[in-house]
Amino acid sequence: MKLHSKTTLALVASVFAITAYAQDSGTLKKIKDSGAIVLGTRESSGALAFTLGDGKYVGFHTEMAEKIASDIQKQLGMSQLKVTYQPVTSQNRIPLVQNGTVDLECGSTTNNAGRQKDVAFAMTTYVEEGRILTKASSGITGIAGLNGKTVATTTGTTSVQTLRKNKRAAGMDFKEVFGKDHADSFLLLESGRADAFVMDGQILAGLASKAKNPADYKIVGEVLSVEPIACMMRKDDPAFQKAVDNSIQAMVKSGQLAKMYDKWFMQPIPPANTKVGLPLSDATKAAWANPNTKPMEEYALP
Amino acid sequence: MSWDWKVFFQDTGGGQTYLNWMMSAWGWTLLVSACSLVVALVVGSIMGIFRTTPVKALVWLGNAWTELFRNIPLLVQIFLWYHVIPSIFKGLQAVPDFVAVVIALGFFTSARISEQVRAGIQALPRGQRYAGLAMGLTLPQTYRFVLLPMAFRIVIPPLTSESMNIIKNSSVAFAVSISELTFFAMQAQEETSRGVEIYLAVTFLYFISAFAVNRVAAVIEKRVQVPGMIGGGK
Repeated sequence: MKLHSKTTLALVASVFAITAYAQDSGTLKKIKDSGAIVLGTRESSGALAFTLGDGKYVGFHTEMAEKIASDIQKQLGMSQLKVTYQPVTSQNRIPLVQNGTVDLECGSTTNNAGRQKDVAFAMTTYVEEGRILTKASSGITGIAGLNGKTVATTTGTTSVQTLRKNKRAAGMDFKEVFGKDHADSFLLLESGRADAFVMDGQILAGLASKAKNPADYKIVGEVLSVEPIACMMRKDDPAFQKAVDNSIQAMVKSGQLAKMYDKWFMQPIPPANTKVGLPLSDATKAAWANPNTKPMEEYALP
Repeated sequence: MSWDWKVFFQDTGGGQTYLNWMMSAWGWTLLVSACSLVVALVVGSIMGIFRTTPVKALVWLGNAWTELFRNIPLLVQIFLWYHVIPSIFKGLQAVPDFVAVVIALGFFTSARISEQVRAGIQALPRGQRYAGLAMGLTLPQTYRFVLLPMAFRIVIPPLTSESMNIIKNSSVAFAVSISELTFFAMQAQEETSRGVEIYLAVTFLYFISAFAVNRVAAVIEKRVQVPGMIGGGK
């Protein structure tokens, strides 16, 4: 009987996942015993992690996760390590890490205090900044310029909350519209239904770079929110966490992480060979220089 | 995993709790559903009746309407009403989101109701129509006093399903930025990281809303039944 190889792999992986978890042993032991690691990834998280279709996953955090996996392979002295990818969504990523389906999730997960109750985070490797994208001709230069305007953002993102807090703090009045995904929100801006689009800076930069005429759009004004993005793994597994952090720190020291950043954020990337064009921010540089797992709540706005 | 139902008493950062927000979202769901149902029932009945008249132009109109709105997916229709039509007719950009979604959901469901009303009318023996006309009633009078009273009784059960469907289908309103239950669920689970609790609560609200419609329809069905006739033979 010849089972489909992917199915077999998935079956084997899940059997190992269940037994490994039942024995309550660490992730490193599970990886060694099964000869496989499951990386959680995203299908569309800007240049951080995305798919090219056909089961191919790429991006800044995806490449970093692959390097972590190969470092772990070396540490465990394994001759072979099978790397499988499990695409996750913001709804299922935490349960999938908790139940052992995914060993290490490197996508666009914000490290916050609420999630630290359920999962552990590696050191912060990217600091996301909430920004405002607007048409270059709009005359909006910052949050103050949004008074009386219509502001778009995407349902199911923390930007909605950011907007709500800013609105309340500044005592401003603007109308909010919500796109069902980033492309939809961008369409609201493009078609003139919205005057501005508030979202993570790298997503805005990516969308604008793929627009019909990128020069028509501009990221303006102050940073509205700061969120540390980090790889996520099971809680209470210090050995695995240490292995992951060591691997990342070695990449920082050797300059490899900076090279990866340059590759995904400054150079033309697939599928359309466009540049995101978002230079390494001071906040991200600081996170690399001082490895930490501070949750979002401990970051102050600049 | 651990439960944390206290999440509903957290502040959203906008001066209200998630519970307040969920209740207002529930209100939007019910409002969208109710308005769409009115549109769907009125338009659907008219189109269904048109399709059974002897007037060719009306039959054509009813058929065209039904096939147009029944063969395009609901989410695509919402997109058309919200993005495409206003970009062709610039003046329509000012139409509120709420109206767009009520039109989309109402017209989509009207196609289904038109089909059911047509089936109800055609289920009646042809002799009833002839008898009405032979009595000297005009065509509209025949419909009003002979055909429709029985046809509507026949189609109460499928109309009940349609009314319950409209509550569930109203979830597409999140796509045009109406802050109804599905929108609330997607947003609140991201903000609180307590997806399971949020989705369970929202599921429960959808269930009781649809079930309430079901019970109301059952009462109506019982009240209007005619002993010894179609729908009254239980």
